[in-house]
Amino acid sequence: MKQKYLPLAATILIFVLSYALCVAQYPNMLSTRVIGNLLTDNAFLGIAAVGMTFVILSGGIDLSVGAVIAFTGVFLAVVLEHGGIHPLVAFALVLAITTAFGALMGAIIHYLEMPAFIVTLAGMFLARGMAFVLSIDSIPIKHPFYASLKGLYYKLPGGGRITLIGGLMLAVFALGILIAHRSRFGTNVYALGGGTATAKLMGVPVAATTVRIYALSGLLAGLSGIVFSLYTSAGYSLAAVGVELDAITAVVIGGTLLTGGSGFVAGTFVGILIQGLIQTYITFDGSLSSWWTKILIGLLLFAFILLQKGIIRVSRRERQRA
Amino acid sequence: MQTSSENILSATRIEKGFPGTKALDKVDFHLRRGEVHALLGENGAGKSTLIKCLTGAYRRDGGSILLDGTEVDPRDTFDAQRLGIGTVYQEVNLLPNLTVAENLFLGRQPRRFGMVDIRAMNRRARELLAEYELDLDVTRDLASYSVAIQQVVAIARAVDLSGKVLILDEPTASLDAHEVAMLFRIVRRLKARGLGIIFITHFLEQVYEISDRITVLRNGQIVGTRDTAELDRRDLIAMMIGRELAAEIQSAHAEPVQGRPRYTFRNYGRRGRIKPFDLDVRAGEVVGMAGLLGSGRTETAEILFGAHRADSGTAEIDGRKVDLASPRAAIREKFGFCPEDRKTDGIVGDLSVRENIVLALQARRGWTRPISRAEQNRLADHYIRALDIRTADREKPIKLLSGGNQQKAILARWLATEPELLILDEPTRGIDVGAHAEIVRLIESLREKGMSLIVISSEIEELVAYSTRVIVLRDRAHVAELDGQRISAGQIVEAIAAANERGAA
Repeated sequence: MKQKYLPLAATILIFVLSYALCVAQYPNMLSTRVIGNLLTDNAFLGIAAVGMTFVILSGGIDLSVGAVIAFTGVFLAVVLEHGGIHPLVAFALVLAITTAFGALMGAIIHYLEMPAFIVTLAGMFLARGMAFVLSIDSIPIKHPFYASLKGLYYKLPGGGRITLIGGLMLAVFALGILIAHRSRFGTNVYALGGGTATAKLMGVPVAATTVRIYALSGLLAGLSGIVFSLYTSAGYSLAAVGVELDAITAVVIGGTLLTGGSGFVAGTFVGILIQGLIQTYITFDGSLSSWWTKILIGLLLFAFILLQKGIIRVSRRERQRA
Repeated sequence: MQTSSENILSATRIEKGFPGTKALDKVDFHLRRGEVHALLGENGAGKSTLIKCLTGAYRRDGGSILLDGTEVDPRDTFDAQRLGIGTVYQEVNLLPNLTVAENLFLGRQPRRFGMVDIRAMNRRARELLAEYELDLDVTRDLASYSVAIQQVVAIARAVDLSGKVLILDEPTASLDAHEVAMLFRIVRRLKARGLGIIFITHFLEQVYEISDRITVLRNGQIVGTRDTAELDRRDLIAMMIGRELAAEIQSAHAEPVQGRPRYTFRNYGRRGRIKPFDLDVRAGEVVGMAGLLGSGRTETAEILFGAHRADSGTAEIDGRKVDLASPRAAIREKFGFCPEDRKTDGIVGDLSVRENIVLALQARRGWTRPISRAEQNRLADHYIRALDIRTADREKPIKLLSGGNQQKAILARWLATEPELLILDEPTRGIDVGAHAEIVRLIESLREKGMSLIVISSEIEELVAYSTRVIVLRDRAHVAELDGQRISAGQIVEAIAAANERGAA
């Protein structure tokens, strides 16, 4: 097997093993119902994590994701409450805003040669602050269109449901995989992660690619915000705090190198599933504190970083021998 | 063997200056179709500046470039590539995390229905590499192949993209003999296809093996262009280091310095960097190190200073065994070392002249015992006066000083530690004539005060002027030692050239 598939294989193995362990203890976990819920509950996180995967593959980071999700939710709640426009129009509007926001951050990162960490940190405060400007309250969304959207699902055999938002996440992942591996833009993202200076020498349009990467992340954060507002039927400026970190975690557990240039969108999907699985297990158990999720994820993340270091070291040694 | 006398690339009267120096002075360079043209010269001769002007990495100040009969003015390396000039560097400029095929076709991947057609791309990559006798799994990451293979992939990409002129900038520096042979087979094949190939290397043996003509640069000017077959090694080396100018110069130190050696190195060396050597240095002696670039001069200095640890031999100071495991250990034994590349290894550009001067002394005392500000000022003022460092005041950031004054500040840094053995690597590189003479005078006066010095220089005349003894290096080994009357430019050139008759690579 090629070395670059090793982290992905490890992630899948861990998921299969832990799912088997869960099922051994709670046979009920092996049902389409659990799987359907796993997709629905993690839909917003998964969509945001696809955008994050592209950002990290290029060697960057986007800390604004959680704040953009909250902004989107509050924006939708406020706009729909004051009425007048249809939710679909509001969706289009908010996606345009978050995409432009991401593109702007990408442009600043490239043209002002600023670290992505600082620029998106500023973006995070800005988006969170804008959400507070719109409203400091948790506003329920009671639009009938929301109710009908939430009623849409595909029934699986065994009683499980793929909801609209769960299905949307699957579609976003499929599209993400296609873009990453089958488009010139996708190869350029990997090229940036391999080395910006070399990529530039080889003719990669570094500026356009950087802007598009962060615009994509902004777009998907916006979409994630829409999904989150569908999921919670509310908009609240303090919602989704730290979601960007959960997204980064899923990306890294999914086998993407935090320094960029290597990884798979599909890995991020498994990373999301692992996080969801731990959460589901703790729900099933009932007696464990939900903080155990964080502790287990923390350990897992640490293990994966060690695994990546190990692989890099082994491959370097092999190359020296070659 | 010249298939055609027509020039594919003609550069005439190329000029390029940097603040304070003239890097290229009306340089003419002509490359024929189907020839391998070696471009030679010591460090700082202007080779890389000329290449950068041809590839658009620098904008030239004057002169014209004709490519295939039409005037060109590449704006950047990408533009040059589009025009037909491709370059492959020693450091492979490809992306290790992409597959071989992606590296070959980055930015121009074949597409079907808007998506990259991976199968078509891989097939074309295999076809392209087959022309280079390579049968690779093109879907593997580039990083999984050796540097030699990566080099060939880089050549394949450059030729596929440009296809008229190929510049190989020290492509063999990190390859073994077998890999070099493979690379040369490919170069000959490209030559037969009518490409003009510029080959830059330090290995004279390879120059004679592969090149049709040789152009030598020295101090930013063309020394000459000759047919390789008609130029013997001795004359080539003379062209490179300027023997005509200097053959008559004799050493000022007719009598070898007497007395017991202070520093004794026996069988001292490190595998892969410098072959074991014996070296004695007495008090009041200036030991010059002569040799072509890559001959092991800098490697000798680094191992003496502990920058790389010796893996064989012993070092003694006044009969006392010492372990020079690190620069810190060497500094403790009162060694000082001014490295060759001041910009990267020497100055800390944003710090002031004063801070740069006290840096080494402070490092030796340890950070727990800071030098008082008054003492720092005294030291800085003393050396600014003693070495005549031209600066508005001691607080000026050192990067704003001229090259010669930066060099003097670095010398001051080591003099402040009152070293007993001072190693200088190319102390006069890239500084103007006036500062040059001052540094030479300074070396003389330090020697008279009883300090031991080891000085590396490519300027043979300069070495002759101040050395009391000269060690000649070749192929990473010390091969000859000249002292007293035998120190002359002619003798040094003889010793270097004799070396190359056995082969360099």
